Amino acid sequence: MNRVTRVVRPIGRVGQWAQAVVQVMVLLIALAIPASVDATQPQPPKEFVPVDEVPPGEQIPAINLVAAAYGFVWLAVLGYVWSIARRLKTVETELADLESRRR
Amino acid sequence: MRTLTTPFIVLSAGMLFVSPWIINAAPYESTMGLVQKVFYFHFPAAIMFLLAALICGVNSFRFLFFRKQSADGWALAAAELGLLFGALTLVTGPLWARKAWGVWWVWDPRLTSSLLLWMIFGAYVLLRQYGGPGSERLSAGMALFGMLNVPFIYYSVNVWRTLHPQTSVVPTLPTDMGIPLWFCFAAFSMLFTALLTLRATLEHQRVRVEALYLLEDEV
Repeated sequence: MNRVTRVVRPIGRVGQWAQAVVQVMVLLIALAIPASVDATQPQPPKEFVPVDEVPPGEQIPAINLVAAAYGFVWLAVLGYVWSIARRLKTVETELADLESRRR
Repeated sequence: MRTLTTPFIVLSAGMLFVSPWIINAAPYESTMGLVQKVFYFHFPAAIMFLLAALICGVNSFRFLFFRKQSADGWALAAAELGLLFGALTLVTGPLWARKAWGVWWVWDPRLTSSLLLWMIFGAYVLLRQYGGPGSERLSAGMALFGMLNVPFIYYSVNVWRTLHPQTSVVPTLPTDMGIPLWFCFAAFSMLFTALLTLRATLEHQRVRVEALYLLEDEV
C-alpha cells in the first residue's frame, strides 16, 4: 500500500449522508444570496402608470437650458478675446521696448 | 490678414448679438421643441472645433517634417481655439441632451471621441505651457493624432447606432431653420478666423521677443 491510498480512507454510510446534506445546504445558500440581493434592489415595473403632471425632478424648463447654453458661449468667447488682447498688449509693449533698446 | 481681424471681430460680435432674435423667429422642432434651438450655436461651435483640429494637425505636420517655424505658431493658435470651441461644444451639447434625451451625457462614439479630442487639445496646451524646451515637437506629434480623430468624430454618427442626430440633418434642413443656422455659422467662422490670426500673431511676436532677449544676452 502506497502513501496516498493510506491517507484516503473510505467514508461510511453516515459520512456519505452528511456530505450530501452539506452539499444541499451550500446549494440552498447559494440560491438564497442572489434572492436576498434582489430584495434590496427596486423591483422592475409591472405596468406603466400615467400621471397628469411631470414629476418635479423632471421639470427643467427648456428656456433655462437654452439661456445657459447661449450665456456660456458669450462668456467664454468674451473671456478669450479679453485674454488674447491682454497678452498681445503685454508682448507688443515688451517688443517695442526691446527694439528701442537695440537702436 | 491682421487688418481684417478688427472688422471680423466687430461684425461677428454684432451678428452674435442679433442672433437670438433670428433664432427666435425659427420654427420649433416637432419632437424636441424649444431646446433644439441650442443647435444654432452648438453646430457652428462643433465645426470650428473640428476645423481647429485640422489646422493644428496640418501646421504641426509642416513644423515637424518641413521645419517651418511659423507653422508652429499657427498650430498653437489652432490648439487653443480647439480648446475654446471644444468647450463650447461639450457644454452646449449636454444642455440640449438633458431635455432631448433625458440625460446629460451618454458614452456613444460621437460624444466620447469629441471628449477625447478636447483632452488632446488640453494636453497640447498644457505641454506647451509647462513642457519646457522640446515640447513643440512632442506636442506637434500629439496634434497629428488629434487630426486623425476628426473623420472618426464626423462619420461616427452614420456608422454606429447613437442618439446623436446624423450628418444628414444639416443638408436637409428646411429654409426657416437653415437661415439662422448659416447666419450663426458665418458669425462663428469670422470670429474663428479673427481669433486664430490674433493668437498666431501673439505667438510669432512672443518668439521674436525671445530671440531679441537671446541677442541681448550674447552682446
